[in-house]
Amino acid sequence: MLQNLWKWLIIPLIMLGIGAAVVIYTVNNPTDSIVARMLTYERVFRVIREHMALLLVSMIGATIVGVLGGIMLSRPKLYYIGRVAENIVNIGQTVPSLAVLALFYTVLGLGFRVAVFALFIYSILPILRNTFAGIDGVERSIVEAARGMGMNPFRVLTKIELPIAFPIIVAGIRTAIVINVGAATLATFIGGGGLGDLIVTGLSVHRDMIIFTGAVIAAITAIFLDYMIGKVEERVVRWT
Amino acid sequence: MIKLEGLSKIFPGHTIPAVKDLNLEVKEGDVCVLVGPSGCGKTTTMKMINRLYEPTGGKIYIRGEEALKMDPIKLRLDIGYVIQEIGLFPHMTIEENVATVPNEKHWPADQVKQKVDEVMTLVGLDPNVFKSRYPSALSGGQRQRVGVARAMVSDPPIMLMDEPFGAVDPITRARLQNEFLRIQERMGKTIVFVTHDIDEAIKMSDTIAVMREGELIQHATPSDLLSAPADEFVSNLVGRNRSIKRLHLIRINEILEDVNRAKPISEDAQTEEIKKQLDQSDIRTVIVVDRNNKLKGIIGVNDLKRTTGEVAKDYCQDVSDTVTSDATLNDALSVMLELGEGYVAVVNEDDQYEGTITLGDLLNVVKEDN
Amino acid sequence: MDQFISCMGNFFSRAVNGIVLSAQSEDPGIIMRTIDYLSRRSDLILDLMLEHLWLVVFTLVIAIAVSVVVGVIISYYESFAQTVLGICQVLMVIPSMAMLAFMVPIFGIGFTTGVVALVLYSLLPIVRNTYTGIRELDPAIVEAAKGMGMTERRVLLKIKLPLARPVIMAGIRTAAVMMIGIAAIAAYVGAGGLGELIFSGISRGHQPMIIAGAIGVSIIAVAFDYLLYWGEKRFSVEGRTREVTE
Repeated sequence: MLQNLWKWLIIPLIMLGIGAAVVIYTVNNPTDSIVARMLTYERVFRVIREHMALLLVSMIGATIVGVLGGIMLSRPKLYYIGRVAENIVNIGQTVPSLAVLALFYTVLGLGFRVAVFALFIYSILPILRNTFAGIDGVERSIVEAARGMGMNPFRVLTKIELPIAFPIIVAGIRTAIVINVGAATLATFIGGGGLGDLIVTGLSVHRDMIIFTGAVIAAITAIFLDYMIGKVEERVVRWT
Repeated sequence: MIKLEGLSKIFPGHTIPAVKDLNLEVKEGDVCVLVGPSGCGKTTTMKMINRLYEPTGGKIYIRGEEALKMDPIKLRLDIGYVIQEIGLFPHMTIEENVATVPNEKHWPADQVKQKVDEVMTLVGLDPNVFKSRYPSALSGGQRQRVGVARAMVSDPPIMLMDEPFGAVDPITRARLQNEFLRIQERMGKTIVFVTHDIDEAIKMSDTIAVMREGELIQHATPSDLLSAPADEFVSNLVGRNRSIKRLHLIRINEILEDVNRAKPISEDAQTEEIKKQLDQSDIRTVIVVDRNNKLKGIIGVNDLKRTTGEVAKDYCQDVSDTVTSDATLNDALSVMLELGEGYVAVVNEDDQYEGTITLGDLLNVVKEDN
Repeated sequence: MDQFISCMGNFFSRAVNGIVLSAQSEDPGIIMRTIDYLSRRSDLILDLMLEHLWLVVFTLVIAIAVSVVVGVIISYYESFAQTVLGICQVLMVIPSMAMLAFMVPIFGIGFTTGVVALVLYSLLPIVRNTYTGIRELDPAIVEAAKGMGMTERRVLLKIKLPLARPVIMAGIRTAAVMMIGIAAIAAYVGAGGLGELIFSGISRGHQPMIIAGAIGVSIIAVAFDYLLYWGEKRFSVEGRTREVTE
């Protein structure tokens, strides 16, 4: 068990190590005075903190709303609305993230909260769709067997439908995370801060080191999160 | 035990009732098989008993209690339920699957464990081998067994089974049916069993309820159903099988007297005589016997042309298989099919010739029956 | 938890307020202004749209060529395949802004950067679908083809690829839709296209410009998605089957 845990942790730890090393190296070895001014521990930690806040708040919110919404839409009474919603969501997902952020900017203006809200709305889509599709995809005979054996609707949902749909729901969350992590670096354009700040600053002052630092941390964050959720995905599906 | 009174069901959006004014009583310990073509309302009827479908009219009594006034969840917990698709929960081990109902009833853990082992052994699955497996690792037949075990584990006095052996190959099905009968003999449960297969119905049932277009046509024991079908529909339904069953019941010597066929010829009959006999024979073959009436062989039309000779002995071909006169008509049929001929010679225990049975004779028996 | 809920509530009320305000009083003429802008600058918008499409189509052709070849190769080398797919997965997970940023020091600002980044992104969907499309063919079909004396090359071209085509097409569709969105971001590093409208609109606070860009990109994406979906259905094996009339 402990050995397994170690195996689990080794890749994330390596990734965090690389990230930390890059930050320490670039902050301590600035190529010129502009880089030195722009790239301080204080600034790097601030954008990382902002980035994490963007991701976490929008993802937690989107997961809760998406899963609950998907469950509600899969109930027999709302099922046809669910079918319609599925199509709308599919179109919504095709809209590029930059367009979503830009449109939210025109309605709500600039700021961190606007960015969080835009990411939140955008991330709901895959989670909602997968939750609905996952529950909808549970074989009718299985649900009927459960009902026939005397499970009430709530038990059927929690003991049968949700566990069977779980891998698909997790896959939806994983898609949402990948999209969200990508979109979070764009938050800077509407004043949302985050790691995009470093990249944009670097591009505007033509300093590759700043661009590089921002890009490396953003990439590592994304790979780290994807890896972790991938492991969770592996763990939950023992039965196929 | 189970009594349905004036039961009917009209699905929303339909005008024709799926089940129409159905009255049926199943006695304690009986297996009642609902049989009929698809869409006849047999599954709908069954699902109303555990209230997966709510009836639109009529009453259901279970052990004298009105089922429609009971809490459906409590009702279902006391009725075992097996469906054709089995509906095993893919995310649970076999043990967890079988333990579903006891867990819903909040039995103590050790009692659940013991009961699961017991019932798995009963359906022929070694608990130590199968308990921790997932359904995806099981064969079709094994899954069916788990389905039955899962329905039986809490000892429900009543079980509902919807084509429980429908999804497996014929050989496995026959084995599962036999095992099920063996278990039922011991457990004596009251069972409502749905199938579209009349063979299965006759094999499994104490009583058979034939349904068509939502109505109960006849409810009788299998032998009554065979001997006295209520109408043309029922006799069509059981028709073919009934005849074949009759072939099982009738012995060859019972019909041999009625069969009028040319006499055998002796070994040393002349060619002319053989020819005359052949022309008269409806099977284009003559039977050759020796002095003691023992079967020597046969002569077909072609044998006469192919070989040269003077007496029957010269043309005579060996017979590869015969039947004895105390065998059943079904045995005779088997031999004919095996030989690929339309007739078979009948002999007694001493190999003495008694007569010949043809496919036509069997057909006549079947025709009389209809 | 309480904090989180109050926070969420705050966002919602803000959002609703924002939408209501902008719709009611603050800027009642936004739709009119956008229409006005569209009619005045239709030539520019059309140019940018074509530029956007050109970038996407040009890249898509390269991406398909590269990815299908890679997908075919790894379908023959099982052990190799997981590594390649893993790398592609990582490439796709990297945020697009970060990917573009990595490209800038190497390729500078401009079209090339956009093309390289987009190709890297589109690898995973097409490579993976080519690989699984081929791997998940009924082995009996491949065996039959070989048994009839087809060479491996013929089996690939005549049997495997045609049969895997629906799956490969689905991968191309995913890649294309993704590319359209990332191409918009690539405008920031000088690759051109409708993204330019969004970025300069944001920096100038010019709302009609942003809306024109954002909606333009969305329309292209939805249209591409639909078009490729239609193509998948229309040109699939089933789609070409005709009833035989005696």
